[in-house]
Amino acid sequence: MANRPAGTLYRGKLGMWSWVLHRITGVGIYFFLLVHILDTALVRVSPEAYNSVVASYKTTIVGLAEIGLVGAILFHGFNGIRVMLIDFWRKGAKYQNQMFWVVLVIWVILMAGFVPRQLMHIFGA
Amino acid sequence: MAIVIEQPDAPRSRKGAQWEKRAWIFMRISGVILIFLIIGHLLVNLVLPERGVKAIDFAFVAGKWASPFWQVYDGLILWLALIHGTNGMRTLVNDYSEREWLRKALNVTLWVVAAALILLGTLVITTFDPCIDPNVHNYLPDLVCKG
Ligand code: HEM
Repeated sequence: MANRPAGTLYRGKLGMWSWVLHRITGVGIYFFLLVHILDTALVRVSPEAYNSVVASYKTTIVGLAEIGLVGAILFHGFNGIRVMLIDFWRKGAKYQNQMFWVVLVIWVILMAGFVPRQLMHIFGA
Repeated sequence: MAIVIEQPDAPRSRKGAQWEKRAWIFMRISGVILIFLIIGHLLVNLVLPERGVKAIDFAFVAGKWASPFWQVYDGLILWLALIHGTNGMRTLVNDYSEREWLRKALNVTLWVVAAALILLGTLVITTFDPCIDPNVHNYLPDLVCKG
């Protein structure tokens, strides 16, 4: 590979990939929010209309997908805080890599709490 | 089409720059508030109730919205998340759309959708009527329904 550019601080590294993930999760949450506002609006129509639509949230497949949704929200949220720290904290840019790992640890801890609980709810009676 | 990268220091209108700066600040302020509101929302609706997602039905929503606290809480998430998400999508549209007319059309669509859903959601929260459920007295016994 001739003339491959020397390493950069950003391209192909954690900084870039965390941005890609932030973007993808943001878009995913956005489309879920549109659906979620519409399904909740059914409480204004009738109890039957609302109950029959939330019934689909209680299926195994949507219950599992919800784990992905919660994972996306938690990553986007805590990485968003990291972005703000890079913007406003004097040492933010210097520690952006370490802060990414902190985000990941927080994410793993919260998911470790959420996933078993959600699985119990989906597969429990 | 060749990709044109703007000169970062190219002059832009004062109004345009002001608007972008305010949008940038809004993304950060709304983000900080949303992380608390959304984690609380997930805990109260999905994680803490005995049966989790399976406990959610009309009566569950009616029970929550009997309290102005949850009406304001959910209204805040509605407004902040939708404006934050829409403005974030605007960033993506500006980044990826190459044709000017398409970029404008997508951005207009984003804000029309946001305005419609904010209006719908706000109306739903403020005009919600648990009395449309004939069984309402089983779970909101103190409620007085007309008619
Ligand atoms: C949980 C709390 C949240 C926090 C802390 C947060 C934080 C942020 C921040 C700081 C940005 C700006 C990034 C930048 O300017 O470079 C951003 C972008 C974005 N957010 Fe959020 N956000 C949150 C929730 C949401 C929600 C609920 C949605 C969807 C409805 C959303 C969708 C987006 C989108 C689409 C972008 C644009 C991504 C990009 O430009 O690459 N966010 N978020």
